[in-house]
Amino acid sequence: MNWFLPPSVSTFGPEIDRLYYIILVITGVIFLVTEFLLVYFLIKYRKRDGHVAEYIEGSMKAEIIWTAVPAVIVIGLGIMSFGVWSDIKDPSRIPPDSYELILHGRQFEWEATYAGADGILELDCEPDEIPCGDDFSLLNQINVPVNRPVTVHLRASDVLHSFFLPDLRVKQDAVPGMSIPVWFEATQTGQYTIGCAELCGLGHYTMEGVLVVQSASEFQQWETDQAVALQDESPGGSTVTLPEETAIQTPDNAAAKEVMVASGAEDS
Amino acid sequence: MTSHAATVGVPARQHEPELEGVYTVKLGMWVFLLSEVMFFTALIGTYVILRFANPDHFAEPGEVLSIELTAINTFVLICSSVTMVKAFAALQQGDQKGLKLWLLATIALGSGFVGVQAYEYYHLWHDGFVPVAEIYTAEGGPLYGSTFYLMTGFHGAHVTIGVFALAFVLFKAMRGSYTPQKLGGVEVVGLYWHFVDLVWIVLFTIVYLI
Amino acid sequence: MSVTATKTDFDLLPYAGEQHEELPFIRKYIFSTDHKVIGTQFLFMSLFFLLLGGMLAMMIRWQLGFPAQPIPGGELLPDTMTPGGIVLPEFYNSLVTMHGTLMIFFAIMPLLVGVFGNLLIPLQVGAADMAFPKLNMASFWMAFPAGLLMLASFTVEGGAAAAGWTAYAPLSSSGEWTGVYLGQQLWLASLFILGFSSIAGAVNYITTIINMRAPGLTWFRIPLATWSLFITSWLILLAMPILAGALIMLLSDQTIGTTFFVPETGGEPLLWQHLFWYFGHPEVYILIVPAMGITSEVIANGARKPVFGYKSMVLAIISIAFLSWIVWGHHMFMSGMNPMLGNAFMITTMLIAVPSAIKVFNWLGTIWKGNIHFHTPFLHGAAFVSLFIVGGLSGIFMAATPVDIQIHDTYFIVAHLHYVLFGGSLFGIFAGITFWYPKFFGGIMNESLGKLHFGLTFVLYNLVFFPMHSLGVQGMMRRLYDPYQYDYLADMLPLNRFISISAFLLIVVQLIFIVNFFMSMRRSNKCGPNPWRANSLEWTLPSPPPHGNFQEMPVVYRGPYEYSVPGAEEDFLPQNEPPKDVERVPGPFEQPAD
Repeated sequence: MNWFLPPSVSTFGPEIDRLYYIILVITGVIFLVTEFLLVYFLIKYRKRDGHVAEYIEGSMKAEIIWTAVPAVIVIGLGIMSFGVWSDIKDPSRIPPDSYELILHGRQFEWEATYAGADGILELDCEPDEIPCGDDFSLLNQINVPVNRPVTVHLRASDVLHSFFLPDLRVKQDAVPGMSIPVWFEATQTGQYTIGCAELCGLGHYTMEGVLVVQSASEFQQWETDQAVALQDESPGGSTVTLPEETAIQTPDNAAAKEVMVASGAEDS
Repeated sequence: MTSHAATVGVPARQHEPELEGVYTVKLGMWVFLLSEVMFFTALIGTYVILRFANPDHFAEPGEVLSIELTAINTFVLICSSVTMVKAFAALQQGDQKGLKLWLLATIALGSGFVGVQAYEYYHLWHDGFVPVAEIYTAEGGPLYGSTFYLMTGFHGAHVTIGVFALAFVLFKAMRGSYTPQKLGGVEVVGLYWHFVDLVWIVLFTIVYLI
Repeated sequence: MSVTATKTDFDLLPYAGEQHEELPFIRKYIFSTDHKVIGTQFLFMSLFFLLLGGMLAMMIRWQLGFPAQPIPGGELLPDTMTPGGIVLPEFYNSLVTMHGTLMIFFAIMPLLVGVFGNLLIPLQVGAADMAFPKLNMASFWMAFPAGLLMLASFTVEGGAAAAGWTAYAPLSSSGEWTGVYLGQQLWLASLFILGFSSIAGAVNYITTIINMRAPGLTWFRIPLATWSLFITSWLILLAMPILAGALIMLLSDQTIGTTFFVPETGGEPLLWQHLFWYFGHPEVYILIVPAMGITSEVIANGARKPVFGYKSMVLAIISIAFLSWIVWGHHMFMSGMNPMLGNAFMITTMLIAVPSAIKVFNWLGTIWKGNIHFHTPFLHGAAFVSLFIVGGLSGIFMAATPVDIQIHDTYFIVAHLHYVLFGGSLFGIFAGITFWYPKFFGGIMNESLGKLHFGLTFVLYNLVFFPMHSLGVQGMMRRLYDPYQYDYLADMLPLNRFISISAFLLIVVQLIFIVNFFMSMRRSNKCGPNPWRANSLEWTLPSPPPHGNFQEMPVVYRGPYEYSVPGAEEDFLPQNEPPKDVERVPGPFEQPAD
């Protein structure tokens, strides 16, 4: 039994976790006090010879106190949550100059689309044309630089999915017909889980992806390698494996085994 | 306030205020109609929200729908409410013949409403205004067809049910089942009928006029 | 006001003793208009679905505890479900869907509302039957075929619905996404018909309670069981039609080809969620409020004390009912709806915790300074309070929108919902069944077996569901056929296995209840009208009450919780007992004497 959240590796982490632990303590105390009182009363006021119950109908004072105190506590928790929520979810608060990519959820894989050598991410690309221009895609793998805000334009092609990064405290449903900006900033390099957190059909449980957080130099290297791989790419569009140094452990599901690099106009 | 002595030893009956039987049934009908309000709120609310969020999926009502014809139809339905009121008033005064005639008039007007609506549907379908997204060819988008037929279709179904209920009441009236003391059946069907009329007025305004 | 004996259009049922001829079997037990028979019909139907829903849960737990291993006896099921006894992924999605659907719509709701509404309301208000007995009969006979349709959906090609009990679009709007075609349509049709049953019941209950109370039974003398059913009926009346609208839209998307929820042709997936949860949130209060009413009855009775703050309890239920309409967005914080709406819904959701807290404190106040008799109904009621505290407190985590980011759609939510629906509603149901069983079946259930069942259920229940909080906090998502595909979830298998084994034991223990239930019906086991020494009107009648209930119209003189009145002979004082010359200072919440 573990009430502790796993360690977080994003700027959101400390804010969210702090709120969680505050609530844990408050509810923990309330739990202990009320359950204790319940058990205590059950024992103390058990039926015994010569004992009678006291005819008490209520107490207005008690009602006021136990209405006002919980109300203050819960409203207080609500107010504490406002700022954190807006920071995370309000699109107008997304830091400028974030690194952008597009993420498509579909049955049963994630396709992450990155800006190509021209540095421009083709945001207006239709789901069945992705990637457009010189953008490139990876399946079930998102590469991001550390300590830099990242904006994921989250889309879905068929049904609802949900983009979940447990280690970064990120979750957002992907809705067909919508493009939802999800931002985060990773604070530590490493590989982290991408999960799907909305029932999306038969293969819902297979939608594991990997988030690769790289140092600035590694990330730049990775981007260059992608550009190189693209140049080697034949116009017909085919699968190309990454150079050895950047080969990364992707999750062992069939869809994730291939890394697809294709030029824009092709249907893959 | 009841006196204890007055009720001890008296064979028990359902506890009812003066208008026995009628009052309970009327209350039941009012309560039921509240659920109908929620139902139509869901349907009409859906239309309103979708229409104002995505106006380009819809079209100006006049481009697709026949407002003049439906306005006449609205008048027909309102008249049927008037005849319903007259039927109930006749019963309250003991005028059995008036009751039957005005009920018949209400049925005729209600049936007319449904008939005109069926006619309207026929023409709209021919213009490509359909609920089926694949074959929708009218102005606006398939969402317009889906929402339109949902709202008007279910309203039309309620009117049809109302017509059958009125026919049943007329049948019973012809057997002399209703008196000024026993008017519950007529009153509650009347309530339902007025409600259906009211929903139409709201629907007509929101769907055809705005 | 005198009561006359006129007949009206709508024939009034004769009171007891006026029965002219014996009804044939089919009119007495099958197509009966007697609320007690109808309540019993709902009881057997719901208990069947409760058991079936539990079996589905066992298969879910098997897959999570012993993934890809054959279930013992699983080869008996068709190969489309469990070939070689191993649960298929598609069947797993149906399992989670149908477990939720059957439990919510065919077990808990009919148990609380169909059973206790029918059994208790006419008796507690002093009426011969419901306001509309034929409509009441129709109510059951609409619920029954709805249940059959749900069962049938398991047998059709493609299997039963598999888009979750929440049926989110677009997953649910086309079989191409789930592989389920007819099954999902049967699901929609079944719930649509069930809606009619529920709405008819609500009309009946509301009308009966408003119009048919015995003389002297003012609003604030109505027992809390009936109060809670009254408020619940309003929620049903107003929420089920919304669901009906949503179901029709989804069904027509699937069959006719409309486009309410299909994004490619202009539809809005989020529309489904808004409609569904606008119904769905009042629905969850429908699932708990009657259990709260029952809990108040058994706790006051066991403690031999008035319900502390009876009026506040009523106001709290009413507040919950009002607030339940403006919190629905808390199911949709991550949905993609405007995040600023999230703030609004967070505040309303936090607020709805307050009336629930008020109720908990009042139950504690009822037990305080009582003279507690630990009969089985009281034990279940005390368990309700204890487990509802956990369920309610866990709700605060998910109400806080940033925390919900982490725990939404994880097992933390599963823990919360089971604490309120099982820890709350089901223990409330056990309390109600054990309490009113003697009234309707004539004999009292065996206390030793009852306590054994209670103790084992309480312990095992917590072993199953408490650890789920931890699973959620660690990030285990819901509805995963094989969570261990995810590397970071691989070490959750031992805890899941522990939960599963506890769950298997939990369902086996229910056999004790089933045996007790049927065993206690034997003719030799008779009890009098008031084995629990309670105050409300049903306890003045023979067990079971005759057709028509009351020989004479009861007259009510006081509230239902006059336990341990100082100076009274007994520690209880029935509502209809005429006042003696006892000097008693009215309490602050007492109604003035008639």
